[in-house]
Amino acid sequence: MPGISMTVNGKPVSGEVEGRTLLVQFLREDLGLTGTHVGCDTSQCGACTVLVNGESVKACTMLAATADGAQVRTIEGEAKGGAMSVVQAAFQEHHGLQCGFCTPGMVMSITDLLRVNAEPSEAQVREWLKGNICRCTGYHNIVKAALAAAAELRAQPVAAE
Amino acid sequence: MYDFQLARPRSLPEAVEAMQAEEAQPLSGGQTLIPTLKARLGAPGTLVDLTGIAELKGISRSGDVLRIGGATRHADVAGSAEVQGAIPALAALAGKIGDPAVRNRGTIGGSLANNDPAACYPSAALGLGATLHTSAGRAIAADDFFLGLFETALEERELLTAAAFPVPLAADYQKFEQPASRFALVGVFVARFADGARVAVTGASEGGVFRWAEAEQALSADFSLSALDGMSHPAEGMIGDLHGSPRYRAHLVGVLTRRAVAACG
Repeated sequence: MPGISMTVNGKPVSGEVEGRTLLVQFLREDLGLTGTHVGCDTSQCGACTVLVNGESVKACTMLAATADGAQVRTIEGEAKGGAMSVVQAAFQEHHGLQCGFCTPGMVMSITDLLRVNAEPSEAQVREWLKGNICRCTGYHNIVKAALAAAAELRAQPVAAE
Repeated sequence: MYDFQLARPRSLPEAVEAMQAEEAQPLSGGQTLIPTLKARLGAPGTLVDLTGIAELKGISRSGDVLRIGGATRHADVAGSAEVQGAIPALAALAGKIGDPAVRNRGTIGGSLANNDPAACYPSAALGLGATLHTSAGRAIAADDFFLGLFETALEERELLTAAAFPVPLAADYQKFEQPASRFALVGVFVARFADGARVAVTGASEGGVFRWAEAEQALSADFSLSALDGMSHPAEGMIGDLHGSPRYRAHLVGVLTRRAVAACG
């Protein structure tokens, strides 16, 4: 089994995986980071979305070994010192979740959106979230949260990352 | 998924060597292949990961040819100023494949080599008359590359290294999206060149991507909407499934071709 190492939420980690081990399995089962959810396991729902080298990917559709050497960010890395990230706080403020199962993927996906587009329109947010499915049908407040987070980050450019 | 060995070559010669392993199969972005393997529809002995090979990535323009490396991701094509300047329809097509996370992994070479009958890229390659370059040193015209559903002219162990697209006077891609899969229910790529027009259709035919010869002839003589007056595509050979009948798809071919021609201006 190949040995792999990567940086997850700023910390170096390593492990032994099979060729077929998915990134999401490595994160959840080997590292115990169960915040990244497996919803559909068919790359449709986006609950497993994480950032690899800063870009959103579906961790259920990427082999762990192909993330060897990468910088990975999961939902566990978003809150700093007990303070939620701007996107997380906006989800709380605007009640952007009902059951919460899709939320980790939604937060990571929107974090990536705000990296590439600091001032998205509502239509652009909805378009971006095509690959993130919420079965509570809570999209309206999720979109509100994304727009509020974008505005907040623009108002605090120093805090943006 | 059945287990396999994973090879991660750093150069094209290393990849070609790794492909000599028993039951070897190339892995690019994996956005189709990994779900396929999860469903146990394949059992490769070795997967050869092409995404760590710098020479397979990148976009460059030389005269009237835009060359895109096989391992270049959809997000890179969509966001490339070079592509947006040379063939904006190609950048727009790449930006509407799947969803953002899929576009951050999926590659042009993977899409072309897979030749899914509803994929977007094959229509651009055929519609622009691209040349597909391979690890065997072959340069294959798109007209000779797409052989049917999931079938291409690539030999066993041969890798698609780059696609070279002639820069048209104008081009447009119209995709009628199947909202669940985000593939094209029907997609039409129209390109206008100094010596004629090409019309390539994806998603519609039981034979995979194809050129609509009748529309090409009319548009080559007169590139205008009125050149298509009264023209419709026959329903024979079109895909019929719960998303749309053959007649419905044939109708969409006509509608989307007209929209693409109108968008070419």
